[in-house]
Amino acid sequence: MAVTSAPIAAAGRQGQSWSHVIAFVVMVGFFAIAPLFIYPLFLMKALCFALFACAFNLLLGYVGLLSFGHALYFGWASYLSAYAAKAWGFPPEFAILTGAATAAVLGLIAGSIAIRRQGIYFAMITLALAQMMYFFAVQAPFTGGEDGIQSVPRGWLFGLFDLRDQMTMYIAVLTIFLACFLLIYRIINSPFGEVLKAIRENEQRAISLGYKTDRYKLMAFVLSATFAGVAGATKAIVFQLASLTDVDWPMSGEVVLMALVGGLGTVFGPVAGAFIVVAMQNYLAQVGQWVLVIQGIIFVLCVLLFRRGVVGELAHYLRIRL
Amino acid sequence: MSETILATENLTKEFAGFVAVANVNLRVERGTIHALIGPNGAGKTTCFNLLTKFLQPTQGRIVFKGRDITALAPADVAQLGIVRSFQISAVFPHLTVLENVRIALQRRRGASFDFWRSKRVLDQFNERALKLVADVGLSDVVHVAAVELPYGRKRALEIATTLALDPEMLLLDEPTAGMGHEDVARIAALIKSVSANRTILMVEHNLSVVENLCQRITVLTRGRVLTEGDYQTVSNNPEVREAYMGTGHA
Repeated sequence: MAVTSAPIAAAGRQGQSWSHVIAFVVMVGFFAIAPLFIYPLFLMKALCFALFACAFNLLLGYVGLLSFGHALYFGWASYLSAYAAKAWGFPPEFAILTGAATAAVLGLIAGSIAIRRQGIYFAMITLALAQMMYFFAVQAPFTGGEDGIQSVPRGWLFGLFDLRDQMTMYIAVLTIFLACFLLIYRIINSPFGEVLKAIRENEQRAISLGYKTDRYKLMAFVLSATFAGVAGATKAIVFQLASLTDVDWPMSGEVVLMALVGGLGTVFGPVAGAFIVVAMQNYLAQVGQWVLVIQGIIFVLCVLLFRRGVVGELAHYLRIRL
Repeated sequence: MSETILATENLTKEFAGFVAVANVNLRVERGTIHALIGPNGAGKTTCFNLLTKFLQPTQGRIVFKGRDITALAPADVAQLGIVRSFQISAVFPHLTVLENVRIALQRRRGASFDFWRSKRVLDQFNERALKLVADVGLSDVVHVAAVELPYGRKRALEIATTLALDPEMLLLDEPTAGMGHEDVARIAALIKSVSANRTILMVEHNLSVVENLCQRITVLTRGRVLTEGDYQTVSNNPEVREAYMGTGHA
């Protein structure tokens, strides 16, 4: 836990929420004009991963719990969302809710087991459970194994909006992202969030003040898994595909990288981190396997030199909270 | 006056064969300041950990206000009204002084699982928090992160946080350890003032603090109760002198 609380020291003091408001306006402004000059499908992918990273950051940045199995919730939510839309003919909103509910249930089960342990043991248990479910995804008939679930219909949102239109889909994804982003922000800044931060800072002390910290940790775990599920379920609808990639362990590692590059324990860091990582993968795709090497180098540089991450360093330099 | 608030019966804790606490029968009377003293390694902190259930006793019972609390979880013990401080200063480092105290005050709302509500609902506790912060002399650093405070002031903050719960019984683990002279006097005065309608059990090495504050003293050595009594009785006991100074012929 000491590992995570050091970079969080960047967080400033009270009465600076205006910096959050300005940053939020800038972010929304960027997303509003971005489709004019950036390929919308890329933006939607980045938004899904941004939400995934925000969900992950809720757990690592604000409770100090390093889950190394978040692909479980992201990937399985995308399977259930895709299956519901394709096999059961669910409209997209219900398909996404099905995926999120799946992630919540999986989060409740995995969380109940994992929160009994601390630190590296916690990370290992989350990884082990995620791997179990990965092999289940490989074997189970309805996931389509290596093929995944393909040509998932995007459908009509609320029966009104045709999501086959790229811009309509983009607006829907952006709305989902912003709603979840604001909800996560509220969670961080709620009475519940205050207890989470206290647990991150000093769990023993929180217990001695009478807080049953396991329950708070489990609640945070389920919330984080659910938002990761929304991200995965939305991605399945956007790309009309659910595949093994999203449930495999490198996906769990990628979300750690996104949160770390952007800045752990910052509100906007995971969004920036997700965009940086997704952009690298997209625009450096022609260099092939070298993307992984570049990612590795960035990871090392972040840990060695920019422990606060991009947004964390910026906030530190400007002496504000972001 | 002589009502027992906290008692232990044959409290024992073994760590892989090493007996840290052996058959301790402690009796703390309501409304007193009771000191637990003894040389390093005597089992004082282990005792505290057992009483607050941070450790599970190997044998024995703990009774608080006539109720057996031996099987409870640490958070339950805290909710019953036994709140402890720690030997190493236990603050929430990256929260401000005000936020530190408010976390404790927030407990009065019951469980805080309302993640959909703004933390502004906690502003109702600000006034009380500021009062507690002022009581320990930290008014000038209300919005400073706890990590930036010097050691003595961290301890003061820890005590303010503990008092915020308004516990019936306080367990203070070396409240003045590592403090400067003025801080010691301030904390001793604070302990005295908050002892008015509660019971305090404290581990303390500063014997002048013990002499001034504590009505009753229990001396532990090697996990056992050596003797018990008021300061005069205890300090005149040759066995205590030997255990403490290592000089039986002093």
